[in-house]
Amino acid sequence: MSSVLYDAPGPKARARSRVISVVGLVVVLVLLAWLVWALGAPKASANGAVQPGMWDITRWDVFSDRQVWLALGKGVLATLQMAGVAAVLALTLGVVFSFGRSADHKAIRIPTTIILEFVRGLPVLLMMLFILLVFATGAYWAGVAALGLYNGAIIGEALRAGIQSLPRGQREAGLAIGLTPLSTRFRIEFPQAFRQMLPIIIAQLVVLLKDTSLAFIVGYGELLREGVRNLPNFFGERYQFSFFLVVLAIYLAMNMSLSWFARFIARRSGPKAGKLVVDPLAPEPIPDTSLSVGAGTGADAGGGDSR
Amino acid sequence: MDAVIENLPLFLEGFRNTLGLLLFSGIGALVVGIIVASLRISPIASFRSFATVYTELVRNTPLTLVLFFCAFILPYLQFSPGYFQLALIGLTVYTSPFVAEALRSGINGVPVGQAEAARSVGLTFGQSLSYVIMPQAVRMVIPPLINVFIALTKNTSVAGAFFVFELFGVGRRVANDRGDEVIAILLAVAFFYLIITITLGQIAARVEKKVAVLR
Repeated sequence: MSSVLYDAPGPKARARSRVISVVGLVVVLVLLAWLVWALGAPKASANGAVQPGMWDITRWDVFSDRQVWLALGKGVLATLQMAGVAAVLALTLGVVFSFGRSADHKAIRIPTTIILEFVRGLPVLLMMLFILLVFATGAYWAGVAALGLYNGAIIGEALRAGIQSLPRGQREAGLAIGLTPLSTRFRIEFPQAFRQMLPIIIAQLVVLLKDTSLAFIVGYGELLREGVRNLPNFFGERYQFSFFLVVLAIYLAMNMSLSWFARFIARRSGPKAGKLVVDPLAPEPIPDTSLSVGAGTGADAGGGDSR
Repeated sequence: MDAVIENLPLFLEGFRNTLGLLLFSGIGALVVGIIVASLRISPIASFRSFATVYTELVRNTPLTLVLFFCAFILPYLQFSPGYFQLALIGLTVYTSPFVAEALRSGINGVPVGQAEAARSVGLTFGQSLSYVIMPQAVRMVIPPLINVFIALTKNTSVAGAFFVFELFGVGRRVANDRGDEVIAILLAVAFFYLIITITLGQIAARVEKKVAVLR
């Protein structure tokens, strides 16, 4: 897109943009170097005691301890476990919600719509607290239930949008060959909608994985609590920054590999969905995925970038 | 119910703080997002890759971790302007890549033919951008942008866990004091959140209908 907006650069403009590019790179690198240096400089605190810089060996030697890595591994496992169980719950609820939302009977459709609106308008954190306090489930199940419910609502909306975007002929054909409305939905419409919405669903699961960190606040011992709360409490506050960086790196590695996978799926199933693709230019039908990694990836794979 | 009525001033204060967080970090995210989006489509390669790296890194970091950095690590590094301001920084940083992505997909969503037509009738870069591309892009951007702000509204609740006295923090505190009326208290908090999110959602739906570009 942006390339159409200006003439193809000639040799002079190309040289100039190369110079600006290099200058920009240098500025960024200098800023980064300054940041690293500033963090590494020893600091004098208010009472005159000099603290070693952030890269000092006394702040990092703790990582030679095997127990630290075991604790971090335990945190990662706890995070993945919560994400896994919540993902299964979210997918199940998503299917249920999408069926309820597109049901023929008003008695099913309207209550489902109200529940969905309600759930999607609330912070996940508030739901966690609610479930924790009202049902006294313990932090783990509060987290799983809230994440499952919230993401289930969003996945349900995505699936519904997928079912709606199918050509009408699909349903008519199913009914014409004598399938009941329910089995038409199950065997004809749903499989197509699911495949088409797979990128959005996986992207929503990335969001779910990210959001497990909210369970930190209601007291579940996952990676964040283990890494930035328990370990520094045990080994001393001077390791706080080091632990933070390590936890950040672990989160980035987990989330990036999953969102890379989402993008891979999007690219693979994008063109295959062929005519069934929802118009990628149509405004997002699913309000909440806009804060997800997915909205971008899904829409881009659909056509945004390729135009 | 009387736990809610007794503590109504607290709830209103929390509501005000939530709105404040939403407003200021929304403006901040918009400003940073516009900068990142324009870096992202700029003709200069190193700007583009810088913006891409920034987007990828921030988008894959959990909000809790970002706010933890702001509330604990920044003061530890001797930068502490107060928890409200720290939460504003965190929410701004966290939201900015999503704003940038919404803007970018809006610009990318304008068909290339529009730009080509503008160029071929002799409009300059600035003219084609301001008369042809932007009027269309802005329309397509507003609904997803409102959705980003709805999500931001919900995300402000995380700040409540990091010493900012907003709705979630109010709910937690009042629920601690009045263990017998937890349900009413949390439903009251939910009600205040729904006021913001459903209103924004309605606006988005209306704008979407009004500015829809016929293609």
